[in-house]
Parts: sequence; C-alpha cells; structure tokens
Amino acid sequence: MRIGRATTWRGAACAVLLLVAGVSLAANWIAPEGYAKQYREAADAPPSHAHWLGTDEIGRDRFARVLYGTRISLLLAPAAALLSTLMAALIGGLSGYLGGAWSRAAMAVTDLFLSLPWLFLLITVRAVLPLNVSPLFSVLVTFLILGLLGWTSAARVLCATSATLRDSDFVRQARASGIGAVRLFWMHVLPNLKPVLYAQFWISIPAFILSEANLGILGLGVAEPMPSWGSLLKELEGLVSVGEEPWKLVPLILLAIVVTSFQFVLARQEEAAA
Amino acid sequence: MCTQHRKSFLISIAACFILAGSAFGQGELRFCLRSEPKTFEPLKVEDEASATIRYLTGGVLVRMNRQTQALEPELAQSWKVSKDGKQIIFKLRSGISFSDGTPFSAEDVAYTVQQLMDPALHSPTGDAFRSGPGNVETKIISPTQISITFPAPVAGLDHQFDQVAIMSAHSPKKEMAVLGPFMVDDYKPGASLLLKRNPNYWKTDEQGRHLPYIDSIRLDIQPNRDVEMLRFKRNELDLINTLDSEYFDKLGAISPQLVHDAGPSLDSEQMWFNEVAKSPLPAYKKAWFRSEAFRRAISEAINREDLSRVVFRGHAQPAVGPVSPANKFWFNAKLKPESYSPDTALKALQAEGFRMENGTLKDKDGNAVVFSIITNSGNKYRERMATMIQDDLQKIGVHVNVVTLDFPSLIERMTQSFDYEAILLGLTNVGLDPNEQMNVWLSSSDNHQWNPSEKAPETAWEAEIDKLMREQASSADPKKRKEAFDRVQEIVFEEAPFIYLVNRNALSAVAANVQGASPVILVPQTYWNVERISLK
Amino acid sequence: MLRGVIAKRIAQLGIVRHGLALIATVLLGGLLSAVLVRFAPGFDSDEQELDLHLNSQSIQALRQARLDQHNIFHFYLHSLNRAAHGDLGTSISLGQPVTTLLRQRIPLTVRLVGLGLATAWLLALGLALSAAWIRIAAYDALNTFLSGIFLCLPAAVLALLSVLWRVPAALVIASIVFPQLYRYARNLLAQGYASPHIITARAKGIAELRILFWHVIPVAAPELLAVAGISVSLAVGTAIPVEALCGLAGIGHLAWQAALARDLPLLMNITILVTLVTLLANSTADVIGKALRGHEA
Repeated sequence: MRIGRATTWRGAACAVLLLVAGVSLAANWIAPEGYAKQYREAADAPPSHAHWLGTDEIGRDRFARVLYGTRISLLLAPAAALLSTLMAALIGGLSGYLGGAWSRAAMAVTDLFLSLPWLFLLITVRAVLPLNVSPLFSVLVTFLILGLLGWTSAARVLCATSATLRDSDFVRQARASGIGAVRLFWMHVLPNLKPVLYAQFWISIPAFILSEANLGILGLGVAEPMPSWGSLLKELEGLVSVGEEPWKLVPLILLAIVVTSFQFVLARQEEAAA
Repeated sequence: MCTQHRKSFLISIAACFILAGSAFGQGELRFCLRSEPKTFEPLKVEDEASATIRYLTGGVLVRMNRQTQALEPELAQSWKVSKDGKQIIFKLRSGISFSDGTPFSAEDVAYTVQQLMDPALHSPTGDAFRSGPGNVETKIISPTQISITFPAPVAGLDHQFDQVAIMSAHSPKKEMAVLGPFMVDDYKPGASLLLKRNPNYWKTDEQGRHLPYIDSIRLDIQPNRDVEMLRFKRNELDLINTLDSEYFDKLGAISPQLVHDAGPSLDSEQMWFNEVAKSPLPAYKKAWFRSEAFRRAISEAINREDLSRVVFRGHAQPAVGPVSPANKFWFNAKLKPESYSPDTALKALQAEGFRMENGTLKDKDGNAVVFSIITNSGNKYRERMATMIQDDLQKIGVHVNVVTLDFPSLIERMTQSFDYEAILLGLTNVGLDPNEQMNVWLSSSDNHQWNPSEKAPETAWEAEIDKLMREQASSADPKKRKEAFDRVQEIVFEEAPFIYLVNRNALSAVAANVQGASPVILVPQTYWNVERISLK
Repeated sequence: MLRGVIAKRIAQLGIVRHGLALIATVLLGGLLSAVLVRFAPGFDSDEQELDLHLNSQSIQALRQARLDQHNIFHFYLHSLNRAAHGDLGTSISLGQPVTTLLRQRIPLTVRLVGLGLATAWLLALGLALSAAWIRIAAYDALNTFLSGIFLCLPAAVLALLSVLWRVPAALVIASIVFPQLYRYARNLLAQGYASPHIITARAKGIAELRILFWHVIPVAAPELLAVAGISVSLAVGTAIPVEALCGLAGIGHLAWQAALARDLPLLMNITILVTLVTLLANSTADVIGKALRGHEA
C-alpha cells in the first residue's frame, strides 16, 4: 500500500520532469521569436495574449525566456550537482573508510575548502577567459567550477558515515571473510552513503542555479542575452513590487516544483523501504 | 494667590514660546548613505559618503547655491580674485566659533590651505588647485582678512573653495570641531551616523531664528537601494537622494507629491573603445577602434531614444557630449544628439571597406566585426543599456558580447592592462566648470580613458583639444573660455572618442513631513539647503 | 558516567596533536587566502584612481601604497610577526585597525549566526521528525516543496522580505540553512527507520519515542553531528549576503566590503577567523562523533 503510494508520487514526479524537459526542448516551436527579441514598445508589460508571462525590463518575452532558460539550467545544474556529489563520495567516503592520517588530511583540506574566499579564484578564472567567449562556453565553465567546488559539506558528513561503517560489525565481518577492500567499499559502504549523497545532489541543484546567477557579477555564468533560471530568479530582487506582479513568481514556483520532483525521483530507496 | 496666577501665566507664555520654537527646533531628518564614510577629515574626502558628511558638517568660505548655480558668501563676506587668476583675497566674518567654542579666524583658513596643499596628503580637493609646480603662499593680512597665492593660475579659483571645509588650527578636537550646521555626535561603524546641530552655528534666518531648524540627522549606512525604498515607503526615511526610475514611477503612481524629477542631471552614461597603442588587442581591432569613421558609425547605430525611454522609463535624455544641457552656461547648444540611423552607419562603414556577409559585418581583410562591451556589475541600468546596444548593433551585423565585471577587475583592465575592447560606464560630474574635466581631456592625463598618459598627443584632434583646454584654463575671460570649450565639445562630437549615450534625470523622493526641500540636479540634490529644512 | 568515558576518549585522541594540526591549518588558510586575493585581478587598482581631481602624482602614490603587499610571502610573514605582538594590521579601505573592526563587529555576527542556526536546527529537526512519524506521502511532499521553495529563493530576496515584514535577520539565515539541514536530517532519519531491527521493533509495538531515542538517533548521531559541524560554516557563509543586504554591521558585511576593495589585511584576518571557526566546529563534531563511536563499540 505504502510502496504503491510512493510509486504514484514518483510517477507524477517523473511526469513533471519529462513535461518540463519536453516543453523546453520544444521551445523553438512554442516561442519561435526566441528569447532575445526586444519588444521595446511593450517593456515591463503585464501578461497578455502576446506575452503570457509579460515582458522583462527591456521588453523580452518572459515566457520564452523561461522556456529557453530551462534548457540550460535543467541540464547543467543536475550535471554539476552530480559531479560535486561524486567528488564528495570519493573524497569523503574514501577518507572516512580509510581512516587514520588519510581521513585527517582529507578533512583538513575540506575545512580549508569550506573557509577560503573562492570568490577570488572565480575572479581570476574570469580574467583568464577571453572577453569574447560565447555565452554557452561561459556557462559551461561556471557550472564546472561550481561542481568542482561544491562537494565540501557533503564530504564531511560522508566521512563521518563511512567512518561509522568501517567500525560496524558487518563490515568487520565482511573484511574478516576476505572480501577485497575495493569490493567492500563498493558493495557495502557506498550503498549506505546514499541518504547523504541524495541530500547533497538535491540541495546542490537549486544552490548551483542561484550561484550561476550570482556569478554574473563577476562576468561568469550566462551572458546576455541568453536566459537562465538563475537570471530569471534575480528579477525577484526588486521585490517591492512582486506582490503587485505575481507573474514574476512563475520561475520560482517552476523551479521549486522541478526540485521537489527530483526529490521524489530520488526518494525511491528510502520510501520503498519505509 | 495673585502672584501664583501671574507665575502660571508666565509659565504658559513661556510654554507657548517653547512650542512655537519647537515647530522649527525639533525633529530628526533620516536618510541613507550608500556606503561607509571612509574619513571624517574634510581634506581627505574622496568618496560620496564622506563628501555628504563634509557637506553637512563643514563650514566653507563660499558656497555654490545648488539651485541658482551662483557663488554665495559663507564664512567669507566677500572675496576678490586677481586678474592673473593666481591670487584670492577673502574678507572673513568675525565673531564666529567652531562647534567646540574655539574662535574662527584667518589663521584657520591659512592652516587649512597649507594642509590641503601638502603634496604628501594626495587630496583630490587639493589636486584640483594644483595647476603648476611650486608652493602656495598664505598671508594673514588681519584676523579677518587673508590672501592666498598659488604658483600658477587656477581657473574658477573661487568656485573651488566650495569643496574646502575649514579646519581649526588650534582646537584639540581637530577635524571634529566644525563650522557647518551639524556636527558628528555618534558613529556606529557599518550601521549609522548621528549628526547633531552645531550650537555655535553662525547663521540665522530672516526672522532671526538660529539655523538649522532641525535638531539632528540620522544617516543609516545602507547600500541596497531596494531596502532603502522599502524603508522610505514605511516612513522610516525622509529623503532618497537619487531614486531609481522604476521606483520613481511606482511611487509616483501612488503618491505623486513625494517624487521629484528635476530634469537632466550633469551625469552622463557613455561608452568608449580602447585606442591604446600598446594594448594586447589584435592589430585589426586596434585599426577599427582608432578609426573615427568606425566610432561614429557605431554611435549612429545606437538608438539613444530607446535607451532613455526603455531603460530609464523616460527619465533620461539622449546625451550630446561631455556637458549636460543642464549645465546651462557651458553646454554647446549648437550640438544635437547623434540621430539613430543604422542605414547611414552601414553606408559609412561600407565606404571604409567593411561589408555585410550573411548578416555579419566583416572588415576589408575578412575579419568579422565582433567586440565585447564591459561594464561594472550590479548596475542594472548599464547592463540593460549594454544589452540594448548589443541588439541595436546586431542590425548592422556587428556582434557584441556583454561582460559584467566587478569594479576592481574592470579598473585594472581600464587603467593598467588595457585588456578590453569597449567599456560602458558613467561619469559623475560634481562641478560645472570645464576644469573639472581637465584630466579627462588632456592627452597626457591618467584619466584620458580611451588612451591614457600619451607622451605626446597621438592625433591632431587630441593635440587641438589639449591646446584648447589649456587656453580656457589660463584665461580669466568667461567668453573666451566658453569659445574654447565649445570647440572642444564639437571635436569630441566629431571624433567620438566617447560615445555619449544618455544624461540621466535627477530623481529624488522627499517624505510628506519634510518642509522646505526643493530638489535640484546638483549634488546633494535633496538636502542642499539642509539648514532651512524643517519637519512637520 | 558517559561524560567520564567521553573525556577519556578525548584524552586518548590526543588533544595536543589535534591542536597543532588546527593551528597549522589555520595558518595555511591565511596564507592561501592572501595568495588568492593577491593574484586575483584588480588587486593593484583602486576605484579612487578614477577621481578626476587627482593628478598623476597622487595616482602613482595610490599605486605605490600597495607595493609592500606585492611579495605575498614577505607580507604574510611580516603580518604573522606583527600578529604575534597583538597587531593585526590596518584595513586599507576603512583605515582602521583590523583588531578594532573585528572587535566591533564580531558580537553581532555571533548573535545573528547563533540565533539563525538554532532556529534552523529546530525547524529542520522538527520537520524531519514529524515527517518520519506522520509517514503520509503528501505531508512529506509538502515539506519537500516548502523547503524547496526556500532553497530556490535568492538570499537577496529573503533579506528584502525580512526588511519588508520586519522579521529579524537571523530568520533569514535560518530560512537559508534549514532546507539543507532538513534534507540531511530527513534522509538520515529515514535511513535509520528503514533498518531491519527498527521495522521489527515497530512491528512489536515499541513506543515511537523510545524507538527514536534508543534506536534511530544513536545510529544517525555521528552523521548528524557532522551535519551540525558543517552547519556552522554554512551559516557563517550565509551571513555575508544577509548582513550586506540588510545593512547589518557584522563580520559578513565587513568581509564583503573588504572583498570589493581588495583589502588584503582585513580579508586575510577574516579568512583566518572563519577557518578557525570552521575547524573548531568540525573538529568538535569529529571528536564527539569518534567518542560516541568508541563508546558504542
């Protein structure tokens, strides 16, 4: 009964994700005018037949921007989240499992990573990139960096988990029965890291989407005129008016729905067992 | 019994006076500083927040009336500039003392000027007086009379003293002893600043009441404009000095009496190409950027009307050149903003050997015309202008990449590495006199942004600008100066080293309980007459 | 009894060795941050250079002022030497001693982060526990969606909302940190509840509270402690935008100002402080975690 209900939720979540992905892939047909066309006579307009979600400050159709922005963010944010989760699993999981000096060194590095002002590394990256770089390349680099820097918190938790596992009875028994270290890590330790890995993956998606937009201040991230969810969410910052203009909240709600759906797709394991 | 009655009568009379006085002598004016003031020392002021404190607390010899744009006597009753523009003699008011009670005399003026002109201080205010090598001479003629002689003529000499707050030579409180209407009472770093009225302030109004009318000013340090707006709407702030155009419209729609559009300000938004010979750009790009025809064509292909209308919601005017039309005397009225004409621009480019191929403009060697415009991040207007220019230029086949950078990175590219193609920035003009812009136009200057610190002028027109700027600076005849500077404006228009985009309007908001404020275009827009502002 | 055991374990783990490693990491953090700042573009430039009143000599003087920081190793050693005598240097952008600036601003940030963290943990644990008990898929979905909304809102928007609704800024920190804590706690508790012996215990009808405190929490404790450790650095990181946007004079705001002005002495000291806090929080979590593990084993 409970398993059945969890499956329904998961099915619905998959359907939502597929729908969002499908619609964004069909953006060329749904919004053939593209995301960059400036309707300067109708800047900052409310929703209408011509512009379902109104237009932005310089007259670009917000609906088209949401569609095209979804393509980039829905593809790249989970990819970067996956990268950071894998790194966390590798660094945190392994170091906890190996224990001793390995663990101490890895955690010292992790703590440093948590404390250093990475802003300046990003500024340096921007300086190394040429100014005339395509918006797509810039956003790829941005998500790659986010993926490479975002593993730290999860690694610390994973280290604690795998250290507990290392000391646990079943791993000791398995080790005593002569199972190889790699196999042991792969078969017995890694599956038990899943709750933390899923949490890390899930948290990273919106975090990276927002960070991408914030990195715009350093000249990284999506460059004009290309849209991303992050840049659409940044519109909310002039919030004094959002109460009067609820359609500006659409990207936020869409993102929250997508992020929730991701959680339900991921939650299979625990829900099925609970 | 009778005496008691009389006593209570006297008390009530006194109470009436106190109440009547309180209509003026009470209340706290509240507004925001956008950043932490870097210094309270008036001579070292370089940032906007410190300049605000200086304006509110500092006593000056002469003050430019921000409304009439005329110079008015303050601590100096009168003054006289010598014909050669090197010497100024001030006749000072007597019987004035600093906020701590230390009497004010010519000695303080001499002390201030000597401090100001100390080369080791590197004061921006001091540098404005430094027109040639040598030392300044101060001569105290009497306690109320002083002559100051500079080694070389300083154009608009008397006007420069608007920025010089007089410091006490003797007060133990040093820069905290002031002559202005207010004095610093409490400073909570990073949070707020409280100014109290200066009890020794010398000025009275026409009815003989002591100025200023208000008791104190609370300045909250608040960099975020959205938060500032929210707090204004909630009556936690009384003034917003420069208001965003979106907020102007939104607030104006609800309560039109709170917002003020004083018309085009002195500030301009502009873009320019990198013309530095030693820049790391490829030779063909340098050739484009150094070509007057290319710059003019780009300028013609930008729709300035749309920038004003869309980005600033109509609260800006297409700009003509380095002088805003708001600067009535110095503006060259013969010049009109470049008209939007992509067709003419394209023809001009084709005449230079450029050609269109499949919607892309290529130069005569077949290089596609692609360049980046960098601007400082966090300024949504500049980002939007850049995006609109990107769209405009696409129409003539020019592909633009918009890059926003944090300010220090941008400045490094602009002043040291010269690793940029085009920059979009604004120029804040505080003063009206052309000399304020001297360091922009002299080809040898560090702030000659499109090609700084030239050993000798690299083009004939830059040489001509150098000559004209020096001519106007050394002349005391306003008519001659105006002629020279008019010609500078024409050359700048023809050669387009700066592509001027718009002059933003001076937008401000004043709460309903504030009386006597009349916002103007000059800084400080809303509180220039702070001593006469009162609160209901 | 338990306290005695923990104390013994801590002693066994070698406080001295831990302390030395901690100091070395903090010093390395300071050096790395100085290197990052020094080699990022914009280090040599000052916004003031654009002041049209300044002449060449003054602009040169501005550039000269940073020359003593060019050799970063020399600068760092010099700073350490001064720090050993109680002088942390002077901020370039604010012109005040770093010690004064830090002393003025630390209390606010400590209060803000402390209150924010406490609220975040209360919310996160409350929701996670209620979701583990209530076990209705729709309730879990609602929680996930709500925490998802908070996760998707930019910090700037939350900060503005706090000003709009006159909510204390600590709640902004809480609302940014809690969704992350909730997710970790929820997943860890769910895993605990999914283990075979708890399913058996439930089937036997053992009281929920007893299951929670005797079987679920002890199993998840080392991980929850690790999450507690990192939650400190999460909250400190959040304090930067929140303080900057709400105009609060704390360390976060100071760090932001210092970053914009490339204020090396200030930035380096703030990084050292943040590294110290991070290390202390995480090491404490580690040590207690190890002690618990040892106790159980």
